[in-house]
Amino acid sequence: MKFLKLIRRNTTRHFLRTSLTILGLAIAVMAFVIIRTSIDAWYSGARASSPNRLVVTNKISLVFSLPIAYKEKIAKIKGITGITYAQWFGGIYVDAKNFFPQFAVDKDTYFDLYPEFLIPPQQKEAFMKERNAVIVGRKLADRFGWSVGDPIRLTGSVFPGQWDFVIRGIYTGAKETTDEATWFMRYDYLDERMKKETPQRAGQVGSFILRIDDPSKAAEISKKVDNLFKNSLAETKTQTEEAFQLSFVSMAGSIVEGLRIISILVIGIILLVLANTMAMTARERISEYAVMKTLGFRSIHILGLIFGESVFIAAVGGVCGIIITYPIKILVGTALSNFFPMFKVDILTVILGLGASLLVGLLAAIFPALKAIKTPIVDGLRIIE
Amino acid sequence: MSEVFVQLQSIYKSYWRDSLEIPVLYNINLNIAEGEFLALMGPSGSGKTTLLNLIAGIDKPSQGEVIVNGQHIDGLSENALARWRSQNIGFIFQFYNLMPVLNAFENVELPLLLTKMNKKERRQHVETALSIVGLSDRMKHYPNQLSGGQEQRVAIARAIVTDPNLILADEPTGDLDKQSEEEIMNLLSRLNGEFNKTIIMVTHDPRAAEKAHIIRHLDKGELYD
Repeated sequence: MKFLKLIRRNTTRHFLRTSLTILGLAIAVMAFVIIRTSIDAWYSGARASSPNRLVVTNKISLVFSLPIAYKEKIAKIKGITGITYAQWFGGIYVDAKNFFPQFAVDKDTYFDLYPEFLIPPQQKEAFMKERNAVIVGRKLADRFGWSVGDPIRLTGSVFPGQWDFVIRGIYTGAKETTDEATWFMRYDYLDERMKKETPQRAGQVGSFILRIDDPSKAAEISKKVDNLFKNSLAETKTQTEEAFQLSFVSMAGSIVEGLRIISILVIGIILLVLANTMAMTARERISEYAVMKTLGFRSIHILGLIFGESVFIAAVGGVCGIIITYPIKILVGTALSNFFPMFKVDILTVILGLGASLLVGLLAAIFPALKAIKTPIVDGLRIIE
Repeated sequence: MSEVFVQLQSIYKSYWRDSLEIPVLYNINLNIAEGEFLALMGPSGSGKTTLLNLIAGIDKPSQGEVIVNGQHIDGLSENALARWRSQNIGFIFQFYNLMPVLNAFENVELPLLLTKMNKKERRQHVETALSIVGLSDRMKHYPNQLSGGQEQRVAIARAIVTDPNLILADEPTGDLDKQSEEEIMNLLSRLNGEFNKTIIMVTHDPRAAEKAHIIRHLDKGELYD
């Protein structure tokens, strides 16, 4: 504690240099946290998944559909307590850049399997009554300024044509991790039109969602489902909801891996910035350390001063980095809201960012500190003379 | 004044530059009594500072023994030497060597940070030391706000604040004007006469050396009377 004053004074001795170093550290820590948050955002869907839900898709690819008739057969399997289905719609609202996920769902069962979507009862009732009714997430409604009762027109891309809807409900998430940016329309509205316009596409769904009574039986039930349709025209692939979500992440595996590497490189950059500052600092003060050693200061004291200064700068840089992360996170989160409905800085990421900066503080001081204690007093004093 | 306080026995010191050995001191034998004021004179490169460094324990002899107050310091480890210096030696440098980020009070307080004294005790010691060198009114001044003479007086206060028995001064007036030189030498004389400090001073200034009781000359690494 007695030496803190000296550490503090030394830190501010070259104010501009220290300030620029802290600024560099802060920007690097901010970049590190934002990149790690982006990686987390890729996994947010998987984190929000339920352990007692399974997803059944076409074995060949997600883009191929399954006959809706599978529902009855699947529902008979022991251990399944609920079943529903969904179909990716892929409509364009005004402009293609206004992307948001849209699903045509079974009005009677879908929301029973997703209790995390909280819908006011009267809004759900309205959704049940009107064929072209939709329920949208709170964030999606906020994004486009939609309210209940607003008519919305989408231009179909997967299902061509102009599609008119009316917003009849706005759901909120039961948990912080629940996605609030999705559009749910009625499957019967879609299917009805398909029957008229392209009958071969009618009665097809993108996926079935199953609720099981015991998550530990997920593998067993999945196997039973897939065996049921073995050697059929549309074989199935059944997996846990988490595995299903992770399969999307794996599609962008290279990007995620690239982000991980960049986040580590950022830490390397911080290390170089601080190591350079500390090397200059220690070199300039070799004579002062020699004087202190002459006065009786031991190596442990000199190490304490150098490591203390380095860690102090790193800590201030780290804290500043975390502080500027939050406004930047809002900007990035808004810009990427189409892709990442959940863009939240996790407390663990913050701790990781601060921990990384402190570790860098320690590492950056190693060589300057060794040089300072290894330089003989006589050589250090000679620098003055 | 009769007790031998510093004893150098058959000191030989050389430095190595790559594979070349450069001898600096040859067969130095020197006894300095407690309370003595000795001036070491000699031309540049004669080995004065090296000899002072050996007595201070900041350098080690290649051969021979350095005994200070009965302690063989040439065999001590670096850490033990550092502790020994903090308790027994006050060192005054030619260029003062104050910490630029600390004010006069804090500079003088620096050696006391190594002791177990509390803040109040440290304050008392620092104020006493600064009053002895006549700088009680400059406590809050930083080195760049002081004249050369005042800086050296702060450095002297720093050297005496732990109340060491031995004060080593390396060209303490070498960077000062005539008036400041006079002040510093009077101060050293006072520390020797009034406080009975043993002082060994390296200088090549005959006027400064006049204040010492004994003057020894070094030339090409050898000691003469």
